[in-house]
Amino acid sequence: MAQTDSAPPDLLAVQGSVSQRQLQDGLFAIVGLLTILVATIILLALVLQLAIQGFPRLTWQFFTSFPSSEWQQAGILSAWIGSALVMLVTAAIAVPLGVAAGIYLEEYARKNWLSALIEINVTNLAGVPSIVYGLLALGFFNDLLKLGESILTAGLTLALLILPIVIVTTREALRAIPNSLREAAYALGASRWQMIWDHILPYASGSILTGVIIGLSRAIGETAPLITIGALTFIAFLPPAPIQPSFPYISLEWLQAPFTVLPIQMFNWVSRPEPEFQINAAAAGTVLIGMTLAMNGFAIYLRYRFRRGVKW
Amino acid sequence: MVEKVSTSLSSLSMLQPKAEVRNLNFYYGATQALKQINLVVPEKRVTALIGPSGCGKTTLLRCFNRMHDLYPGNRYEGEILLDRINILERRVDPIAVRMRVSMVFQRPNPFPKSIYENVAYGLRVQGLLKRDFIDHQVEQSLRSAALWDEVKDRLKDSALNLSGGQQQRLCIARALATEPELILFDEPTSALDPIATSSIEDLMSQLKQQVTILIVTHSMQQAARLSDYTAFMYLGEMLEFNQTTTLFNQPLHQQTEDYVRGRFG
Ligand SMILES: Nc1ncnc2c1ncn2[C@@H]1O[C@H](COP(=O)(O)OP(=O)(O)OP(=O)(O)O)[C@@H](O)[C@H]1O
Ligand SMILES: [Mg+2]
Repeated sequence: MAQTDSAPPDLLAVQGSVSQRQLQDGLFAIVGLLTILVATIILLALVLQLAIQGFPRLTWQFFTSFPSSEWQQAGILSAWIGSALVMLVTAAIAVPLGVAAGIYLEEYARKNWLSALIEINVTNLAGVPSIVYGLLALGFFNDLLKLGESILTAGLTLALLILPIVIVTTREALRAIPNSLREAAYALGASRWQMIWDHILPYASGSILTGVIIGLSRAIGETAPLITIGALTFIAFLPPAPIQPSFPYISLEWLQAPFTVLPIQMFNWVSRPEPEFQINAAAAGTVLIGMTLAMNGFAIYLRYRFRRGVKW
Repeated sequence: MVEKVSTSLSSLSMLQPKAEVRNLNFYYGATQALKQINLVVPEKRVTALIGPSGCGKTTLLRCFNRMHDLYPGNRYEGEILLDRINILERRVDPIAVRMRVSMVFQRPNPFPKSIYENVAYGLRVQGLLKRDFIDHQVEQSLRSAALWDEVKDRLKDSALNLSGGQQQRLCIARALATEPELILFDEPTSALDPIATSSIEDLMSQLKQQVTILIVTHSMQQAARLSDYTAFMYLGEMLEFNQTTTLFNQPLHQQTEDYVRGRFG
């Protein structure tokens, strides 16, 4: 400490401010760590509690049975198939439309007041409460287009709901690609389409997929808009299978079938007086979380596939 | 002043021009960046563009492959003749121009793909998809860019794992692969160390056997070492264009003399 003693006073002052900054740094790191820990622990605890509570009901029979007024016989067959099919329709519509719209807005549209207006509107749409989309869908898909209370209507509704999320994340992902790469592609004689398809889109695909998954994870848990368009709460049959044994083998009739989804089934069970149904609800919730995780896993696989040629 | 440029041009008239700029004006929106540019780019020679920062060298270079078309509001007036065809005409497809005129940028900008794919991309864009041919061109271009020995065992690795100088040589290989007739270099060595710089300079001296080279540089030594002809630009105008030795030893203008002697810029 002899050195410190002999140091000139202004150096001491510098050292003082350095240690103060280090203190600030350390404090912030601790606070941040604590926040993350608290958040993840609470989340994990909730999920674990749900899983432990529902675990005894997670049997083969639970997945292969229709709902019933007897809790031992009740299952989620119609609900998980409904959820899966609705998600399929949602993704099939929202992903191509949203990515295409994002590409158009970012790479093709001229930057003027019109595109600024569209941008503001799209961003605001992401914040509209989901029940409003349900009302819109009820009026438009159900009454006007006569699509009925069907899987198609549900898929379209949820696709609308998550479209802004997909568009906004696509645009942000594209914007993050440095312009020098666009110029490099153009300078080699690439057309705009080649530039986008061969370069910008693969480089951005990871971030785009993340946006898609955020959107789909939101959609799979939605209840309000689906109840608004008339999803059933008790349904004891399955939609027609998409693959048929006879010509033309593929059938789209399932799109017009009535349906229910896992969150609605859960809600229905939670509101029952018998405590056993609470366990059913917990089991259904566990399945719902499992489906979300599976979607995430699929996205990670896709991201890996897309990126095989891209080496950041 | 315009007169003097034309006299110096007429003394060069026995040259075989690959490209010829005639009365070129260029505007970024309302601001004029190039004023009445006249220039001859002789075939299979190295022509250097020099001048103080902001005088319009990059702007002029990017006219040769119609890069300015990518951004709205840019406007050309005048002509750039490439083999006697005006490439600035509206009905000329900029993509066709870029397939014949390639460009190496100031900062290396390899694609985040494999080394091989980087070099092959120009060929793929032109629809040349035969595997053998692509393999051959990739190897040849990497050899010409003095990079082959360093990367031949890891062609499938990401180009981003290369060092800065290697990345720039990769960008040169990428520009060579399609066998362009004219290559534009925008300060290609400004981010490189002396060794990488001299290997790229050697490369250019060899390349001029086959292709025409137009290079922007801030280094007087580089222009003197490398180029056969030099054009001095000043505030958006082409002040002087001549054989490099003449321009450096007997400049016609005071500004040129000051600049090449390092008195400003
Ligand atoms: N995209 C642009 N929009 C508007 N003005 C621009 C644009 N790019 C360049 N300019 C202007 O045009 C003039 C010429 O720029 P340019 O980049 O061609 O200079 P340069 O000679 O290449 O300079 P340097 O040696 O610093 O690279 C400058 O005044 C610059 O500010
Ligand atoms: Mg420049």
